[in-house]
Amino acid sequence: MKFADISSSCRASNDWGPLVQSVPYARFLNLRIDIKGEEFTCILPFDQKLIGNPVLPALHGGATGGFMECAGMFYLLWQMDTPTLPKTIDFNIDFLRTGLARDTYANVVMVKQGRRVANLRIEAWQSSPDKPIALGHCNFMLGA
Amino acid sequence: MAPTMGLEEFAQFWETSEYASPYNRELGLQPHSVRPDWCVLKVEYAHKLVGDPNTRVLHGGVITALLDAAFGFSIFVKMSQLRLMATLDLRIDYLKPATPDKAVLGGAVCYKVTADLAFVRGCAYHESADDPIATAVGIFMFTDGPTLISNEELVR
Repeated sequence: MKFADISSSCRASNDWGPLVQSVPYARFLNLRIDIKGEEFTCILPFDQKLIGNPVLPALHGGATGGFMECAGMFYLLWQMDTPTLPKTIDFNIDFLRTGLARDTYANVVMVKQGRRVANLRIEAWQSSPDKPIALGHCNFMLGA
Repeated sequence: MAPTMGLEEFAQFWETSEYASPYNRELGLQPHSVRPDWCVLKVEYAHKLVGDPNTRVLHGGVITALLDAAFGFSIFVKMSQLRLMATLDLRIDYLKPATPDKAVLGGAVCYKVTADLAFVRGCAYHESADDPIATAVGIFMFTDGPTLISNEELVR
């Protein structure tokens, strides 16, 4: 089944679980997607395996970053019917606060949707959306 | 000059230390080789880390974690001591997809340390760092608190 078909059926049912299940790495992170009207939220449920610094403890920067990249990819699949997965061109992350041992949320803003490239801003937060733990900026090459 | 740990000592420390990262272990990151100017970690190919089931290419997030960890590794080697630190920022350019079924190496060098910050750069590749899958730069900040393990304790 092609991603466009999976995302079409997910859009019809508003259950995005099958889309997440189709990507092994997203399944590994146990990601969830929650869509309310025009609001897209990607959720990374806390798991002990996501810890990078067991002393604090704090989430691994690579776990937070990988989660945000997934959020951007799923956001694009939600926004548009692409026949293939968007490919990350580059990814910039500023880590603003310690990622604590709790669930993390990501919201995505399409800064610019071009014909070939989409520029996204991805904000990851835990306690409140106005206290982001990380801010990501990335370019995705849209499906060829 | 500060004594530098050998690969075996580092590998042992990496796997047994109470400071070892569960996420690194979960991804199966292993020390591969170490020189003062190039510290390399390895991640084996695994189905659970695939980002695109059609092409079976590893997800970018795996490369992010590999390089983030290699950066931490290179700072540790540069300073010959373990300090608490946090990634301040990270930039990754994806040059080409990783080849399915092949392990990926993440090499890094810490090229500047100040009182508060460490500056690092590196790349992910299969055989040669001259043919990278991704290139990256990052800045880490030492978080307040004492050195976890001093130079003397490490080499003892």
